[in-house]
Amino acid sequence: MTATIKTSPNSAYVEALRAGHLAYQVTSDGRPVFFPRVIAPGSGEGDLEWRVSGGVGTVYSTSVVHRRNEPPLNVVLVDLDEGFRMMSRVEGLAAASVTIGMRVKVRIVQDTLEGDPLPVFEPMAETPAKHGARPS
Amino acid sequence: MTTGLRRGSVAVVGAAESDLGQVAPGMSPIDLMAQATARALDDCGLRLTDVDGLFSASAQARFAPMMLAEYLGIQPRYYDGTQVGGSSFMSHLAHAQAAIEHGLCEVALIAYGSTQRSVSRAAASPPDFNPYETPFRPLLPTTAYALAAARHMHEFGTTREQLAEVAVSAREWALMNPVAWEKEPLTIDEVLSSRPLSDPLTVRDCCLVSDGGGAVIVTSAARAKDLRRPPVYVLGVGEAIGHGSISNMPDLTTTAAVHSGGVAFARAKLKPGEIDVVSLYDAFTILPILLLEDLGFCAKGEGGAFVADGRIAPGGVLPVNTNGGGLSYCHPGMYGLLSMIESIRQVRGECAERQIAGCEIALSHGNGAVLSSQCTAIFGAGSTV
Repeated sequence: MTATIKTSPNSAYVEALRAGHLAYQVTSDGRPVFFPRVIAPGSGEGDLEWRVSGGVGTVYSTSVVHRRNEPPLNVVLVDLDEGFRMMSRVEGLAAASVTIGMRVKVRIVQDTLEGDPLPVFEPMAETPAKHGARPS
Repeated sequence: MTTGLRRGSVAVVGAAESDLGQVAPGMSPIDLMAQATARALDDCGLRLTDVDGLFSASAQARFAPMMLAEYLGIQPRYYDGTQVGGSSFMSHLAHAQAAIEHGLCEVALIAYGSTQRSVSRAAASPPDFNPYETPFRPLLPTTAYALAAARHMHEFGTTREQLAEVAVSAREWALMNPVAWEKEPLTIDEVLSSRPLSDPLTVRDCCLVSDGGGAVIVTSAARAKDLRRPPVYVLGVGEAIGHGSISNMPDLTTTAAVHSGGVAFARAKLKPGEIDVVSLYDAFTILPILLLEDLGFCAKGEGGAFVADGRIAPGGVLPVNTNGGGLSYCHPGMYGLLSMIESIRQVRGECAERQIAGCEIALSHGNGAVLSSQCTAIFGAGSTV
């Protein structure tokens, strides 16, 4: 790690989003790392490798945020199939209809003209497999 | 892991709240710290010139130890501004114990003050920007606890009503505390039908937004013996950091309180069943449920049933948050110091109507940020050392 860093982890992540990819990092022994970092958590190794996620995951938890004078907004934590977790939202259905265990696929959107692209999710047609949703 | 800090090596000798709730216009957080400091010194009979260790943290004063030292006109030999949110003051207690044991100071002041009700939460503690969370517009910290509550309900069948029981029980205790903010009873239906903030949590699942503060004075067991009040001994403190942001919490139903509690109980040579009174950080109703499980008062997943049917309310099986907690008594942004003051008063037997008869051992647990930092402190009367 003697070289000066030219591209920050966040810049590399956002560049990938602009190219239509959800990127994450892996350690030399294949452990997924997210959020993007300069060194690996736990081991401290400095040669994290970038990968592109398949963008498919399972809703780990979900909430509907109620702000005054705004429509309800969904916020989720998604466990990507590659083994990392991220915050996002699920679109394409009512905020309150998003359920834990729902299988979802990433879609990269541009919320605001000046902001960075955002990875959001939409439901997949397939039924939940290994994480099985339970009626609440 | 449990070496280093000796059971009962230090004691809390002075404890006091500042003004609480809605304080006089123009009061600053440091004004409140100073007011509580004067009251805590008066409580034990020590003077400001005796204080040689200073511990403080505040979201409204990034350099809290400096600003408080300046205000008080003291030059402490030892100081610490550890900022781990609401659990900061249990951390300060552990660090004060270490410093006193090593002779780095002898009389430690731990102080806190907030005017977040007067100036607004947004002004008192503006959130840090996180590029991996902020754009999704979670209502933090509430949404983080909502996500944990939703997951706990999914995994263990915890119900919305059980969450509400935590708020209702806190309210019943608060009605016995003359300085508690809330003065009217609360029902489960009222919790469920109040304004939703971040599902499944409503505004009544969330702590108050209060002004307020407090101070405690800690000294060596030797020096504690001949002061104004009976010493309340520090039997064991444990600290643990789990994560920083909610998307990096490995398991939303298990907090680092497993570790902080384990260390505190080991140092205190005690088990959960031996605790007489429990003060648990209750910024949101899911939190005492998680903490009862993680500290070993019940098994993982059984916290919802544990708090049901008035079991943590007055007359229940375990007295939890006898002051009314952050939900109904006072929550000035960071609540940990007020939690410790209630434990100290219960051990001293000063709690009047809400006093738990024969309380010799009390536990205070602090939580910081979004289930991130967990600190556990166990206090005991003279009979326990």
